[in-house]
Amino acid sequence: MTRKQRRLILIGSSLGVLAIAAALVLSALSDSIVFFNSPTDIAEKHIAPGTRIRVGGLVKPGSVQRGENLNIRFEVTDGKSDVPVRYQGIVPDLFREGQGVVTEGKLEAGGIAADMVLAKHDERYMPREVVDALKKSGRWEEEAGQTGGGTPR
Amino acid sequence: MIPELGHYALVLALALGLIQAIAPVIGAATRDAALMRLANSTALMQFLFVALSFAALTVCYVTSDFSVQNVFENSHSMMPLIYKITSVWGNHEGSMLLWVLILALFGAMVAAFGANLPATLKAHVLAVQSWIACAFYLFILLTSNPFQRMAQAPFEGRDLNPILQDPGLAIHPPLLYLGYVGFSIAFSFAIAALIEGRIDAAWARWVRPWTLVAWMFLTLGIAMGSYWAYYTLGWGGFWFWDPVENASFMPWLAGTALLHSAVVMEKRNSLKIWTILLAILTFSLSLIGTFLVRSGVLTSVHSFANDPTRGVFILIILVLFIGGSLSLFAWRGPMLKQGGLFAPISREGALVFNNLFLTTACLTVFVGTLYPLALEALTGAKISVGGPFFNLTFGPLFVALMFAMPFGPLLAWKRGDIFGVAQRLMAAFGVGLVAVAATFAVKGGQSILAPFGIGLAFFVMAGALVDLVERTALFRAPLAMSRMRAAGLPRSVWGTAVAHFGIAVTLLGIIGAASWGTERILALKPTQTVSLSGYELSFDGLAERSGPNYQAQVAKFTVRSGGVPVGVMEPSKRNFSSRSMTTNEAALLTRGAGQLYLSLGDAEPDGSLAIRLYYKPLVMLIWLGAVVMMLGGALSLSDRRLRVGAPKPARKPAAKPKPALQPAE
Repeated sequence: MTRKQRRLILIGSSLGVLAIAAALVLSALSDSIVFFNSPTDIAEKHIAPGTRIRVGGLVKPGSVQRGENLNIRFEVTDGKSDVPVRYQGIVPDLFREGQGVVTEGKLEAGGIAADMVLAKHDERYMPREVVDALKKSGRWEEEAGQTGGGTPR
Repeated sequence: MIPELGHYALVLALALGLIQAIAPVIGAATRDAALMRLANSTALMQFLFVALSFAALTVCYVTSDFSVQNVFENSHSMMPLIYKITSVWGNHEGSMLLWVLILALFGAMVAAFGANLPATLKAHVLAVQSWIACAFYLFILLTSNPFQRMAQAPFEGRDLNPILQDPGLAIHPPLLYLGYVGFSIAFSFAIAALIEGRIDAAWARWVRPWTLVAWMFLTLGIAMGSYWAYYTLGWGGFWFWDPVENASFMPWLAGTALLHSAVVMEKRNSLKIWTILLAILTFSLSLIGTFLVRSGVLTSVHSFANDPTRGVFILIILVLFIGGSLSLFAWRGPMLKQGGLFAPISREGALVFNNLFLTTACLTVFVGTLYPLALEALTGAKISVGGPFFNLTFGPLFVALMFAMPFGPLLAWKRGDIFGVAQRLMAAFGVGLVAVAATFAVKGGQSILAPFGIGLAFFVMAGALVDLVERTALFRAPLAMSRMRAAGLPRSVWGTAVAHFGIAVTLLGIIGAASWGTERILALKPTQTVSLSGYELSFDGLAERSGPNYQAQVAKFTVRSGGVPVGVMEPSKRNFSSRSMTTNEAALLTRGAGQLYLSLGDAEPDGSLAIRLYYKPLVMLIWLGAVVMMLGGALSLSDRRLRVGAPKPARKPAAKPKPALQPAE
């Protein structure tokens, strides 16, 4: 086998694998990505029920209700609109009223059925998505933002 | 005084770094042996000064010197000593100091143990290493000085983030950094080879041990991080495909590819250009990882406060080094000579297959990690790409790779016989099929894919053993003969088999934990019991306990299996008054390869306590497999040829450039 043939086989198979990978990536991107929304987006955008979305904002003070069997309901707010969220499970340690939160789940008529409530490592840190949502609704205060610190990774 | 000394030591390290960045290059160009040798001493001194600087910061933490802002923000006088020490790198500034400490350590190790390297190559490697070091010294000194004093020393510190007050912080970051900073050596070797414009099999032999060391630490570092995330509530379990996790995983994938392509280069003098490119890409991915983690451009469950302005500085470093090295590669790469020929079906072909799939898999992770960033920049839409994406893209590629894995070591160099190999792997196929059938029989069809995954894992494990059996002629030759053959096998062959076995063990663990885990969420009152997967837990009651800097509420559970007590689990909630923060400490009970996992929720209105109980079968295999992989790496590292070093390459006298100046005796 000549060097040229060998190179052709090599390039051909590389392109083949890359094409497969590209097809996988494209099909996965169309199915499995989740859009992030602020509560105002949800109020305004008419997203089809059943869509998986991610919502970020603050846990509205006074909205947290704990029920039987670790069911919990609360509202996520960006100061302008609120979205009710229900979740079953143990919420992260830093889940508190008035604190930033990101949840992910299915959009339903009465709000969001979340299967994920995300925690941050640091109580001084606000998730960027939440910051953006608050900035958009004009309820962002600079002082409440980031201060120094870092991650161990 | 001590913080100033630490700061000063770091400035001196920078000064030495600048000398080392320039002098050896001039030395190599003018064949000035003294200038080239200078790099040895500066590399060792650099490490000494960075170590002094690091020690100074550690002393500040241990003595709780709150006049240093960094200590004030991340420490507390009541913290146990271990956390005072780990706090040093539990923050942005300190972790960058650890980064450069490890960078300097690797530079010093090349200087100390690289005696058999050609003088110019060593000079160039150390110079490139110092370019990287200088960039990061500047970054620390200009934007992230850990020794910044406060105008007025506060009486008490603000405490380390309680979630980080965990043994995980002592183990995970140093290992991870040893891994991904360690790839800087491969990078420096690649750049040095490009500068010199020549490269041969000996080069691969010199690079391989360094890459192996870095790879071993990275493997263990990722595994330990995964275990830490697994037992910390809210971090998404053992693997979450979080950007920060991917940031450490991409260099691992590229580094694994590099290890394999370096084998081809070393044995067959082929794939040179590709190996150089991989060495550059691997460290570039480490830099990108550092950037992603430090700048906070991507939302991650593992992110803390980070500072975008510092991110920009790292971005500049990133662009300079990646852009510069790739340009150099584009310019000098084509000058490197082509190596030996091989048929597509051969050991080389198998290693190319490995590289193709590993880099493609790495590419899919890269796309998934950075796509949200690109989309937001282009359209403003915010998305998150999570587990489903990676399972659909990375998954199939890795399955194909795993399936091909047992074939590689059995194929002959240059021209292999795929049917012969398939025949020899029949036994392994059989083992795999039996595993599929057995899993179906035991677990039923709750998950169709899982039994095939188990089968694949067993096939790979059996394939690794078949390789050893074939080479030692076990069962074919008398036992004594096989023993002699086994003793004569190169350690790297054992290393390959063990590492391949290890990744299959990890696969078993992932499938077990993901497919057959059971879970119960409920509220319990004292003396009530709950059962899950054959275990019965009785809630004995709550107790208050005080730790060094926290108050803990501990729930005690006695675990019984078939009526026999097998252990006690004590999940707790810790309240840190310094930050008015509560952390949730899950309790773990290991049973064989599986684990019971118990964490506390809140007290319910009726006075009962919410708990979440999991049983995760085989989960320990995930990390055990990583340890096995690392042992495989260690075996390979102890191979005689890497210890003895490369033979002097036989070169035609004409090809050797004559020294410009004859030394005056």
